[in-house]
Amino acid sequence: MRRRLHRLAPRPWLLIAAAVAVVVALLPLAYLTIRTSEAGWEAIRTELTSPRVADLGARSLALAAVVTAACVTLGVGTAFLVTRTDLPARRLFTILAALPLAVPTYIAAFTWVSTVDGFEGFWASALVLTLCSYPYVFLPVAAALHRADPAQEEVARSLGRGAWHTFTTVTLPQIRPAIAGGALLVALYVLSDFGAVAILRTDTFTRAVFIAFDLGFDRTGALVLSTVLVALTVLLLAGETLTRRRGARYARVGAGARRPHTPARLAALRWPAAAALTAVAALAFGVPAVNLARRLAAGVSRPGSLTEIATAAGNSLTVSLAGAALTMLLALPIGLLTARAPGVLANGLERLSYLTHALPGIVIGLSLVFFGINVAYPLYQSVWLLTLAYAALFLPLAVAAVAAAAAQAPPVLEEAARSLGRRPAAVFATVTLPLALPGIAAGAAMVFLTCMKELPATLLLRPTGMDTLATELWTHTTVAAYAGAAPYAALLVLLSAIPTWVLAARTGILAQEGTR
Amino acid sequence: MPISRLKGALALTAAAALTLGLAACGDDAKPAADADGSASDKKITLYSGRSEKLIKPLLEKFTQQTGIAVEARYGNTAQMAAQLLEEGAKSPADLFFAQDAGALGAVNKKNLFAAVPSETLNKVPQSYRAKDGKWIGVTARSRVLVYNPALAPAADLPKSVFELTDPKWKGKIGVAPTNASFQAFVTAITVQHGEAKAREFLKGLKANEPQIRDGNGPILEEVDAGKIAVGLINHYYAGEIAKERGVAPESLKAKLHFFPNGDTGALVNVAGVGVLNRAVNDADVRTFLDYVLGTEAQKYFAEQTYEYPVVAGVAGPTNVPPLAELTAPPVDLNDLDGLQATIGLIKESGLTP
Repeated sequence: MRRRLHRLAPRPWLLIAAAVAVVVALLPLAYLTIRTSEAGWEAIRTELTSPRVADLGARSLALAAVVTAACVTLGVGTAFLVTRTDLPARRLFTILAALPLAVPTYIAAFTWVSTVDGFEGFWASALVLTLCSYPYVFLPVAAALHRADPAQEEVARSLGRGAWHTFTTVTLPQIRPAIAGGALLVALYVLSDFGAVAILRTDTFTRAVFIAFDLGFDRTGALVLSTVLVALTVLLLAGETLTRRRGARYARVGAGARRPHTPARLAALRWPAAAALTAVAALAFGVPAVNLARRLAAGVSRPGSLTEIATAAGNSLTVSLAGAALTMLLALPIGLLTARAPGVLANGLERLSYLTHALPGIVIGLSLVFFGINVAYPLYQSVWLLTLAYAALFLPLAVAAVAAAAAQAPPVLEEAARSLGRRPAAVFATVTLPLALPGIAAGAAMVFLTCMKELPATLLLRPTGMDTLATELWTHTTVAAYAGAAPYAALLVLLSAIPTWVLAARTGILAQEGTR
Repeated sequence: MPISRLKGALALTAAAALTLGLAACGDDAKPAADADGSASDKKITLYSGRSEKLIKPLLEKFTQQTGIAVEARYGNTAQMAAQLLEEGAKSPADLFFAQDAGALGAVNKKNLFAAVPSETLNKVPQSYRAKDGKWIGVTARSRVLVYNPALAPAADLPKSVFELTDPKWKGKIGVAPTNASFQAFVTAITVQHGEAKAREFLKGLKANEPQIRDGNGPILEEVDAGKIAVGLINHYYAGEIAKERGVAPESLKAKLHFFPNGDTGALVNVAGVGVLNRAVNDADVRTFLDYVLGTEAQKYFAEQTYEYPVVAGVAGPTNVPPLAELTAPPVDLNDLDGLQATIGLIKESGLTP
């Protein structure tokens, strides 16, 4: 049953840790403030009051709205099919649905453009961005659906509610935080994406920011434009906050372990549903894979030696794992704080961690260059600063996942543990953490996959001489050496598949319901 | 429950260990900062806005011959310029190898470059280096009109780039207005013919509904595939694509047209190098400059990147007319730093957001 949460006073260490994480996320904002104030009011006014800015803003928001709606439909639909039905090959579809996060939008867009003539503009961008980013909704929603208590649904059904009515009135409210969190991430991602909109020529703010860097090396103009993205983020955050019900909590409180769900029978729809998911996967991977394979066959350029490929793969794995680990460490306190001690302070901190999430990678990268040069010079161009950049870039992915999972974990369990004499640290390790683990795993998977393909900040911050799969891919494609690029692209997706599988399995999404 | 408890604790421990481990290696991986660098320490740090695929083999030869190790960072020229400006005097870079003169000018404006020694400067014609001697061209590239003879027979090609605003080219021209080389070309129109002419040209071009692409490569591919009739690009892309396909540049369907008679459409620009202030006395940096302007490197550029050598006595790429036979417009590359005005013009025309 849904119940109101009684507030707990936030523990000081949790507050401090959350504040530290927020500081990391806000580094880019400090940088933007410093640089734009140098530009002078006159320059800022000229840059921001042109009709072009209104035009770019409207188009960016429209694209974010369309892609978000499409991702929610696709993400929730897929999550429901793989967690709650007797769909065939559910494990496979679960992995396939998470993997598009490993396909960089610049590769997807590039392969689509060279496969379909005249593929460009708003709807082309919307399609590519949807295919690449619906896992942002799928992963948290699948985790939430898996953990939701089936007893509540069964009660509703036994009291005479129909399947659809039960879904909308019982299931949906339970997974609502996960959907809203995922949708927000998609919207912010669309605002920050450069790869797809550049190649498919859709004029959004981020494209204008990158172009400003290219056109006349106009750093100040680019940074002034970026401030608008922060303003758009505030708008989106306000919108998402409105959909939240304060203090609502969706968790079972009864004794014992949750029973697995009885999968809904799809009957005649079983194979059509599988075909639909296969079609989505074919669009998300098939088009890039076929195109790259064709280019591999047609081209004569070759990737570097096996050692170079292995080194790049190793580097990608190391920095992405480190990025995911640091991001999760920073996200945990914020996520727990919002789930366990909601209030103005906690919510404020959580919202602040999203503030820079719509900024393009190049701006985050430059702000970390600024931070490295002026504050942490010993760390400059070290793996450590790159890891910090990943945390600044992707903290909200992790926060959303942890908060959604923690919101589904009943706080009475922790209270019971405390009342029985366990110390807070022990309660955290033995009660809170295991309960939040699916969310943590889903969040870590998302951050890891996103780190694997990140390019602009990696190029600016990587240690000199260090190549990753993403930078190698970029190196080859910029000189039209597509055949040489293809193995890196394939490896990027393959290596992402392994941790996705492990994490998805740990999350429990992959556990075959009803067979244990 | 006990098992997942253990898992949770393990996950957290692993995360913490990994983070700490990285912190430890972070300390080892400090950027190399040799205090004044006047002596030769057999090591230089190069920021390359040019592709690793093209530059790395050359750097390996250099290291082999001189014993000087090159720490090279690769990136996009414009973004690397932004990085250098952000790093300022604390930059670990000794050299910046940029894709175009505009980026070198932007870094030079912030006084980050030291003067290149005059004996090095003198190896290169005056038109291919900075007036104040703070950067030097290494290779030259010409703007060209790439065309597909099946769609635009050679006899019908325009004598001047300004003819492309004629309605007969409507929908048939590929352009990459966000590309630095297109901007340099527009600036050159301003320098050669005045701002009014540049504005008029851009307006006419926009009215002709050009096929806008993200870069020169895609334009060339589509012209070659017969999807676009003509396109404004740099000459060396033909060599690059032919190399990827394993064929001679001459066998591409797409052909290159060099505008004659000093037309702005045949602007010759350079890729070049600037020396950061910290390396002003670094002997290794001088060795490097001499190497890239030496016969071996210049020949490498001509053969491997299809660019024009800028040093006398080295033959150019075989798929294009020699540099000396081109009638480049009388535009001083040093005058191409008035980019802000150009960007205003390009934005105003509606060719870019």
